[in-house]
Amino acid sequence: MEQLVKLVPLFPLISFAIIGLLNRKLTKIHAAIFACTGVLLSFVDSIMIFIAQLNHGPVEVKIFDWIVAGDFSASLTFLCDHLSSIFLLVITGVGFLIHIFSVGYMMEDDGFRRFFAYLNLFIFFMLLLVLGNNFLVMFIGWEGVGFCSFMLIGFWFKEEANNNAAKKAFVMNRVGDLGFLIAMCLIFVAFGTLDFTKLFSGGLLASTSVSNEMMTIITLCLFVGAMGKSAQIPLYTWLPDAMAGPTPVSALIHAATMVTAGIYMVARTNFMFNMTPATLEFVAIIGALTALLGASIGLFQNDIKKVLAYSTVSQLGLMFLALGLGAYSAAVFHVVTHAFFKALLFLGSGSVIHSMGGEQDIRKMGGLKKHMPVTYMTFLIGTIAISGIPPLAGFFSKDQILAAAFEHNKLLFVLGMIVSLMTAFYMFRLLFLTFHGSFRGTHEQEHHLHESPFTMTFPLIVLAIFSVIAGFIGFPHALGEQMGIHNWFDDFLKTSVSSVHTEAHLSTELTMMGITTALILIVIFIARSIYVGKGAIPEDEKVERKGLQKLIYNKYYVDELYNALFTRPVDKLSAFFQNFMDNKIVDGIVNGLGKTTTKGGSYVRILQSGNINAYAILFILAITLLFLIILF
Amino acid sequence: MQEVISGIPLVNYIYISAALFGIGALGVMVRRNAIVLFMCIELMLNAVNLLLVAFSSYLGDTSGQVFVFFIMAVAAAEVAVGLAILIMIYRNANTTDTEVLNQLKW
Amino acid sequence: MNITQYIFWFLSFLALLSALMVVFSKNPVYSVLYLIITFFAIAGHYVLMSAQFLAAVHIIVYAGAIMVLFLYTIMMLNLNKETEPQKKTYIQIIAIVALGLLMVTMIGSIKGAEAAQPIADAAGIGTVEKLGDVLFNKFLLPFEVSSILFLSAMVGAVYLSKKNLQ
Repeated sequence: MEQLVKLVPLFPLISFAIIGLLNRKLTKIHAAIFACTGVLLSFVDSIMIFIAQLNHGPVEVKIFDWIVAGDFSASLTFLCDHLSSIFLLVITGVGFLIHIFSVGYMMEDDGFRRFFAYLNLFIFFMLLLVLGNNFLVMFIGWEGVGFCSFMLIGFWFKEEANNNAAKKAFVMNRVGDLGFLIAMCLIFVAFGTLDFTKLFSGGLLASTSVSNEMMTIITLCLFVGAMGKSAQIPLYTWLPDAMAGPTPVSALIHAATMVTAGIYMVARTNFMFNMTPATLEFVAIIGALTALLGASIGLFQNDIKKVLAYSTVSQLGLMFLALGLGAYSAAVFHVVTHAFFKALLFLGSGSVIHSMGGEQDIRKMGGLKKHMPVTYMTFLIGTIAISGIPPLAGFFSKDQILAAAFEHNKLLFVLGMIVSLMTAFYMFRLLFLTFHGSFRGTHEQEHHLHESPFTMTFPLIVLAIFSVIAGFIGFPHALGEQMGIHNWFDDFLKTSVSSVHTEAHLSTELTMMGITTALILIVIFIARSIYVGKGAIPEDEKVERKGLQKLIYNKYYVDELYNALFTRPVDKLSAFFQNFMDNKIVDGIVNGLGKTTTKGGSYVRILQSGNINAYAILFILAITLLFLIILF
Repeated sequence: MQEVISGIPLVNYIYISAALFGIGALGVMVRRNAIVLFMCIELMLNAVNLLLVAFSSYLGDTSGQVFVFFIMAVAAAEVAVGLAILIMIYRNANTTDTEVLNQLKW
Repeated sequence: MNITQYIFWFLSFLALLSALMVVFSKNPVYSVLYLIITFFAIAGHYVLMSAQFLAAVHIIVYAGAIMVLFLYTIMMLNLNKETEPQKKTYIQIIAIVALGLLMVTMIGSIKGAEAAQPIADAAGIGTVEKLGDVLFNKFLLPFEVSSILFLSAMVGAVYLSKKNLQ
């Protein structure tokens, strides 16, 4: 068991090293084989760990002491419990499928090997993040995935826009990381250790005398870190821009795994959050707002990937809503199902983009159904799953979150409801515009349309299957009891997280499910009548939009606001520093020194005449001086 | 011979050596001919030799005289090489004037 | 004033005078000749201090070998003309001032020194036997090393004097 845990992150690291070091010496096929094998081995390893975990408590694996300084000690220790074994499965499983997809998707790209090296490195860091048994190890993974995300967003670095998007993501993440760092320092100050096991299962947290305010500050700082990584208000704007990277990256990093790191972190530290109701409230509100904001922006986006990106933002918001309500297992459950259907949707969009020769605007698509049947079918499944129609995965997880919201706060429940309706609408809008109707692109593109190769459709099919069945692992309590089915997922996570949600009444729950499903179906019908029935197509960029639509279409002007609030003042400040501090003062000192030296040199050089006799005179004078100094 | 030096104080030898040394140094400072410079250096070396022998005799220690041996050896070697270098310089620059040979500043 | 003191003063006077002439004679050949006189005077001092062997070696090495080398060099370079321009006056003044300072300092420092009295049994330390004894026992290693110095000097001199380097 311990050996297994040690091995999980090792495989991707090794394949990263091989591909990264040999780079051009490997053929593309070999690089792909190394990369996929690395992740596959990890996946197999994770399955074995998972099976072992089924009837096993948490396992702690110490690799070595890392920092020991005075009171402070941090070791590279892995913690494998039920929570992390779930994440291991998702990361390596979805990661493996996306690796396979990438083989087909990136085949023509020059940076093929570089791409796989980054992907493997990303998997490694992600595993480190999930496995770390103290905040420091988690932080390494945290920063590592941020770095890989940066490299992969700017993967096509020849275009300025991609680099800017990468920088934006990096800087935004840095803001969150600062929160994480501060939280880490505070935790050390307050508890004297960063170890999860010591803090949580060791009972240090329970017996602590740390004040409530301190705990609130710590958890808030942690949440700021989660905000940055998981794209919550106000740090969400980087995620849509991150779509500049290759589509598999968007699927793996910016939908399925990395952005869920924030959720993982909150779930991991749930004992702390449970002690601070104020923070939980805050988390729930932020999550609900983000969900609403992301979903509403998604309504009017015309870029296939942007729609999915805002959808991700909104789904992450739902997860945080669940966390804020104390329904940790529901949040993690949604992470799992979301990983399946969102990865599926992203890969499906990747397949579409691949077939369209790089075109991402859904106004130029349409009628792809007959050209790409497999992609269409899987995309449809993904869409249904995310919309929350039973019995697909999205239904179960979303239902759990809504149920939790219902019991806790009716307003939040209504918000969540609206979000899921919006989600259904924009997802079906996307589906209809892309796959139904008639083709609206150029003739050339139409000629080029084709179903993607097997390496790309295979992951789609597998993910589609999981999108259908994954929901059953978390069968609702209220319903399950009646039919004798356990909510296995909840029970499994019980050892790691302490969910505090009460059971809903059967009839309430059933009514709620019925109403939700009915509303969603109505919304889908509306979307169908608009985009298939009338064949409506979103207006061109240039057309002036009015009122609320204009506001939403321009993403609430948040980017512009940030520009005015942060970017421009910083630009001004740096211009000041450049013009005054750097050019005048620093350069002045340096140039002044140079000039003084030159000037002084021009006087002193007279002494250096090259004449031996003059040297002898100086020599004698100097000796005389030395004599005088020594003798008197 | 012990009586010989007993009549002369050691300080006299020190003064003479200092004077010889000073004359040699003066030569190095004022003469422009590199060969004469060389001779002046020999003069300075000899001033030191004289002092060493004087101390050796007055203190009854043979080591001082052995030092003089070594100084002579080194001086001989130095002159051989130095003069060879001078000849080379003369061949190239056609002069031994230190005013002209002022390349030592770079 | 006994005879040895007369000899001492005479030799000292001769040494200093001819040393001055070395510096101030315009013709390098004269300089060489005056230098030889200085060397002889110094050799006389050596004899006075009962370092007879050293005196002999001094004559042989300096007057016999080194000065001959100088003469040969002057002859080969054909420098025996009195064409050497004088240094500029201000340089000479600076030089003399520097020398004056040096001498003043040296004399000042010597003044305080107590004159050592000769040791009674120091007689005969300048003999070949004594010198040889010390040289080949106490200073054997430097002695051997100096042979390497000579070898390298020889090689260097020969190499430098070759007509065409490379």
